[in-house]
Amino acid sequence: MRKFALFLGFTAMLALSGCGYNDFQSKDEGVKKAWAEVLNQYQRRSDLIPNLVATVQGYAQQEKDVFLGVSNARAKVGQMNITPDIVNNPQALQNFQKAQGELSSALSRLLVVSENYPQLKSDGNFRELQSQLEGTENRITVARKRFTDAVEGYNILTRSFPTNLTAMLFSYSVKPQFTVENEKAISTAPKVDFGAKPAPETTPAPR
Amino acid sequence: MKFAPPSVRGNACVSGARFLLASLLTALVTLCLALPGVAIAAEGEPIAVPKLERRVTDLTATLSAEEAARIEAKLKAFEATKGAQIAVLIVASTQPEPIFDYAVRVTDAWKLGRKDVDDGVLFLIAKSDRKLQILTGRGTQGVLTDAASKRIISEIVAPKFRANDFAGGVEDGVAKIIGLLQGEALPPPQPKRAAVARGVDYQSFIVLGMVAALLVGPLLRSLLGRFLGAGATAGVTGAAAWWLAGGLAFPIVAGLIIFFVVLFMGGMNFSRGGHGGFSTGGRSSGGGSSGGSDSFSGGGGGFDGGGASGDW
Repeated sequence: MRKFALFLGFTAMLALSGCGYNDFQSKDEGVKKAWAEVLNQYQRRSDLIPNLVATVQGYAQQEKDVFLGVSNARAKVGQMNITPDIVNNPQALQNFQKAQGELSSALSRLLVVSENYPQLKSDGNFRELQSQLEGTENRITVARKRFTDAVEGYNILTRSFPTNLTAMLFSYSVKPQFTVENEKAISTAPKVDFGAKPAPETTPAPR
Repeated sequence: MKFAPPSVRGNACVSGARFLLASLLTALVTLCLALPGVAIAAEGEPIAVPKLERRVTDLTATLSAEEAARIEAKLKAFEATKGAQIAVLIVASTQPEPIFDYAVRVTDAWKLGRKDVDDGVLFLIAKSDRKLQILTGRGTQGVLTDAASKRIISEIVAPKFRANDFAGGVEDGVAKIIGLLQGEALPPPQPKRAAVARGVDYQSFIVLGMVAALLVGPLLRSLLGRFLGAGATAGVTGAAAWWLAGGLAFPIVAGLIIFFVVLFMGGMNFSRGGHGGFSTGGRSSGGGSSGGSDSFSGGGGGFDGGGASGDW
């Protein structure tokens, strides 16, 4: 009997590692890491904004609405209570995405406005900040894609057989994804000013 | 419990139930082992990423052989002294993808730069799109900032390209990237180790041991008898351990442990017949590929999307 219990124990261990228990752990960590990178890059963008606004203000004081829009959106992002748990909470993730999307469109309005000031455009500092912002938007795109991929991997594991049994046993649930439709709606709005300019949905085309 | 040959089963009912249980468990375990994960099929990708074979990959035949070789040599010498990997890729077009998206796919596939140092740089030119992209690994961004990349593109490379001096543009751009990276504090390059330790994770040994003790052991025991079966299982385990990890001490120890486990284990009698061939498909260990003197491969560096794009 003891031997049989031992056998069962072995089998359980084997089945757990075979049936994806460890995969769940590592993929969960992967999602967390990818999320940290997303946050990190959004933070990087946030940190660039004061300098950018100050530089633009030096040449275009009268564009008060735009500056107000940017600082409001940034404040809203800053007020968000970001906990690591956000990756498991669809509502919180959506709020986060909405606030960041609003900041994206406020920023792209700022860059559109700055097109009207040739002196500003030739300012070395502004150009530097602009390329930093562009690079950061690209980093955000990449970080978001990696996050989406990580969540996808986790969710597939949660739903497919036989690992769904493991998920059921330990009550692991599907994680929320970034929703693309919503993001598209947010970031295409300011592009009406441009006329038709195709751009990837998350980049506000600061060119 | 004593080993009973299949022909002399005492109580057919108990034996049958036990056999059923054993087969069920075996089926479950085999199922779980056979499904290690679900591979996600890659969706159709617009333009294939070329294989990384050299530092300068010119798919448009823009550079002459000497020019490419000259740039290649420069990049190679730089990697030898500084460790950072720079690669140049010239394609005709990245359409329908934006150049940035394509560049990210290239860096995902090529993994330029050293692992965890992330000191790779990709210089991508889409010739008929007239677009340029520099992607910088995180380890290079201290000096090769996005703004610096942008300046290299717009102030050094683009003017030459506009004058149709492609080789000159690439060469000057690469020289500037190298010049900047000289100022980055990177860990010194490691001489290539001849023998990469074939690391196998601890978990696969446990799985190996389990398979040996629970599946192979009983099977061989019922085929060959207790002592011979245990010996054979130990031999198989030892061979597998040697194949996976190499060395001498570990396989012997593993074999001995398995020998005693199988020898004294309760009789899980697998009736003979039914089972055809049974093989423990050992996992192939992903040994590090040692690059020859001419070939070039990425060191496992990651990219975060930093860099700059431009046109001419």
